[in-house]
Amino acid sequence: MRYNQMEVRLPSLSRVAVCGGTHGNELSGVYLVRELMRTATGAEAGGDVSVRAVLANPRATQLGRRYLDTDLNRCFTHAALNGPLSDAPPYEMTRARELDSPLGPKGSPRAVDLVCDLHNSTSNMGLCVIAFSDCDWICLHAFRYLQRQMPDIPVRYIHLDVKESFSLDSVGKHGFALEIGPQPHGVVRFDIYTAMKDGLQHTLDWVRLFNSGAVFEGGPVDLFTAVGHVDYPREADTQNIMAAIHPKLQDQDFCLLHPEEPMFQTFSGQTLRYNGSEPLYPFFINECAYYEKGVALYLARKRSVTLPTLRVHKKGHPANFVSVQEEEEEEE
Amino acid sequence: MEHFSLPALSRIVISGGMHGNEMTGVYVVREISKKKVDKIGSASLTTVLSNPEAVKVCQRYINKDLNRCFTNALLSAPLTASSPYETKRAHELNALFGPKGSPQAVDILCDLHNTTANMGMCFIFYRLDWITLHIIKYIQSKASFGPVRAIQLDTPLPEAYSFESVAKHGFTLEVGPQPTGVIRADIYNMVMETLNHIMDWLEKFNSGCTFEGGEVEAFCKTNALDYPRDPTTNDIIAAVHPQLQDNDFKLLRPGDPIFQSFNGETVKYEGEEAYPFFVNECAYYEKKIAFQLARKISISLPSISVTKD
Repeated sequence: MRYNQMEVRLPSLSRVAVCGGTHGNELSGVYLVRELMRTATGAEAGGDVSVRAVLANPRATQLGRRYLDTDLNRCFTHAALNGPLSDAPPYEMTRARELDSPLGPKGSPRAVDLVCDLHNSTSNMGLCVIAFSDCDWICLHAFRYLQRQMPDIPVRYIHLDVKESFSLDSVGKHGFALEIGPQPHGVVRFDIYTAMKDGLQHTLDWVRLFNSGAVFEGGPVDLFTAVGHVDYPREADTQNIMAAIHPKLQDQDFCLLHPEEPMFQTFSGQTLRYNGSEPLYPFFINECAYYEKGVALYLARKRSVTLPTLRVHKKGHPANFVSVQEEEEEEE
Repeated sequence: MEHFSLPALSRIVISGGMHGNEMTGVYVVREISKKKVDKIGSASLTTVLSNPEAVKVCQRYINKDLNRCFTNALLSAPLTASSPYETKRAHELNALFGPKGSPQAVDILCDLHNTTANMGMCFIFYRLDWITLHIIKYIQSKASFGPVRAIQLDTPLPEAYSFESVAKHGFTLEVGPQPTGVIRADIYNMVMETLNHIMDWLEKFNSGCTFEGGEVEAFCKTNALDYPRDPTTNDIIAAVHPQLQDNDFKLLRPGDPIFQSFNGETVKYEGEEAYPFFVNECAYYEKKIAFQLARKISISLPSISVTKD
C-alpha cells in the first residue's frame, strides 16, 4: 500500500483581527472584544503577531439588535464591497466597506492574515469553526489544535460550500467564524463566554506556535460540509410558520438524522418527518436569526479530509513550498 | 377555614404577544384563534395579540414596555398625539377588557410570557386571590412536565403595572428557558397542557364543583440586584456566576457567588437568605436587573365553589 505524506509551508501569520459584535446581540464576542480592547497593548509582547480587536457593528451592539438595516455578515461579497452604492445605502453596507479598508481589502496582499469572527447561536451547537474552504490548511490545522485543547466541549468544523464567500471572516487571507451555542441573543452566559475566550486563546496560541516554526503533523480530520437547509412549513397567505422543530430534533445538532425521523411538530400537534432520502447531520437547529432567512435547520454530510503536514515557510525558501514524500508499506 | 362561594367566571381572556419576541404566546393565541374556540363550557373565551406591532417586527416593544403601562396613573393620564404606541395600546386594552378595578372588567385574564431564565412554569400574580390560587393548586396537581411555581408581586393594585391587573382575576403564565425570537415545541406543549387544565378547572368551577382548601407555597418578591457595571460607560462588567446561572428558586445564602467578572473576579451575595428568580433574563439588562429575590410564603386556601343562583 502506498500513501503520500505531503508537507505544506505557508507564510507566517503576523496580523490577526478578532471581531465581535458583528451581530449586535451576540454578546460573548461583544464582551470578549471589549475585554481585549481594555487589556490590549497593541502588538503582543514576545510574539511576532499583532492582534487587533474590532467591534464590527457598534450601532447594532448599542441597540442590542442583530443589525440596523441589513445583516452585516452578508455584506462582504466582492459586489457588495466594490459595487455602486445607492443614495441612502443601508448602514451595514457602508460599515462593511469601513471594515474592509483596514482589515482587507478582501483578496489583496494587504489583507490581514487571519480574521477570527466571534458569534453566538441559539442552537445547541457547542463550538463550531465555520469556514468557506475545506482545504485552507491554516484554518483546518488551527481547528484540529482547538479540538485537541478543548476536550470538554464539542468542537466541529463546518464547511460552507458556496459560490462566493459573503461574511466578515472572508476579508482576511485566512478566516473563520467561531460560533458557540446555545445562548439566547441579548444574554451573556459565563460558561459560553469562557468557552469563547478559551477557544480564541487556543487559536492565538496556535498562531504563535505556527509562526515560531512548529511542525503540525498531517492526518485525517472530520468536517461537516453543508449540503442544504429546510425551512419551516409556512401558511401560504401570511408566511407565518405553522410548526416548531420537533422535540425529538430540538437540541440534537450533529446527531445523524435519518429519513422518516420527526422533524417538525405543527401547532395543532401533528408530527412532520424528514422526507430526504439520505441520512444527514443537522445543525443550526432552531437558530433565532434564521427564521427570517427561511431556515429551520441546515443539513451536512460528514467528510474526512486529510491534512498535510504544515509549517511556516522561513525567509529564503520559496513560498508555498510543498514537499512530497512517498512511503511504501508492506502488503499484508 | 370556612367555605367561600364566588360568582361564576363568564368572561375569559388569553393574551399572547404582550412582548413581541416572546413566541409561545404568539403561536398559542394564533392556534386557538384558528380553531375558533370561543367558549369554555358556558363561559366566553377571547384571545388577543396584545402588542401586534411589536409581534410584526419580533421585538419586545416599539417605544416602551407595554407590560409596564397599566398602573392606575398611566391608564388615567390623557393621551396626546405624541403618546408612545404602547401607552395608547394600554388604554385600548383597558377599554376592551377592563376598566381595571371596575365591575365591567373581565373575570379571568391569562397573559402568556417567556423568559430566558430557567424558571420552568410559573404563575405570577399580585393579590392573594382564591380563584387564581385554586387554579394554581389544580395545575400543580395535574401538570405532567415538572414543578409549577407561584410568584406573588406584593404591589397594591393602583401601582400594579402589568396587563393581568386589569382583570378581576388575572395572572401571568411565565415559562422558560426559551430564547427571545425562538419557539420551542417542548415549551409550547407545556403551555398548551397548562391552558387545557385551566380550561378544565374553569368548566368544573362554573358547573358547581367544590374545590377543597389546602396550602399553596408561593415566592413573594422582595427585591432585585443589578449587574456590576462600569461607572463611566454603564456596560456590565460581570456575568451571572456559573453557580447561580440556571439555578432559579435554589436558596441563595450570604457568601454564595453571584457574579463573575470578565476579568475573573468573583462577587459574593451579601443579603439575607432568599430565593433567586428571573436569573439572567435578557429583557432585564436594560431594567438594571440581573436577578430578582423572593421569600417563601405559605398561603392557606379555603374551599370554594360557584355561587348558586
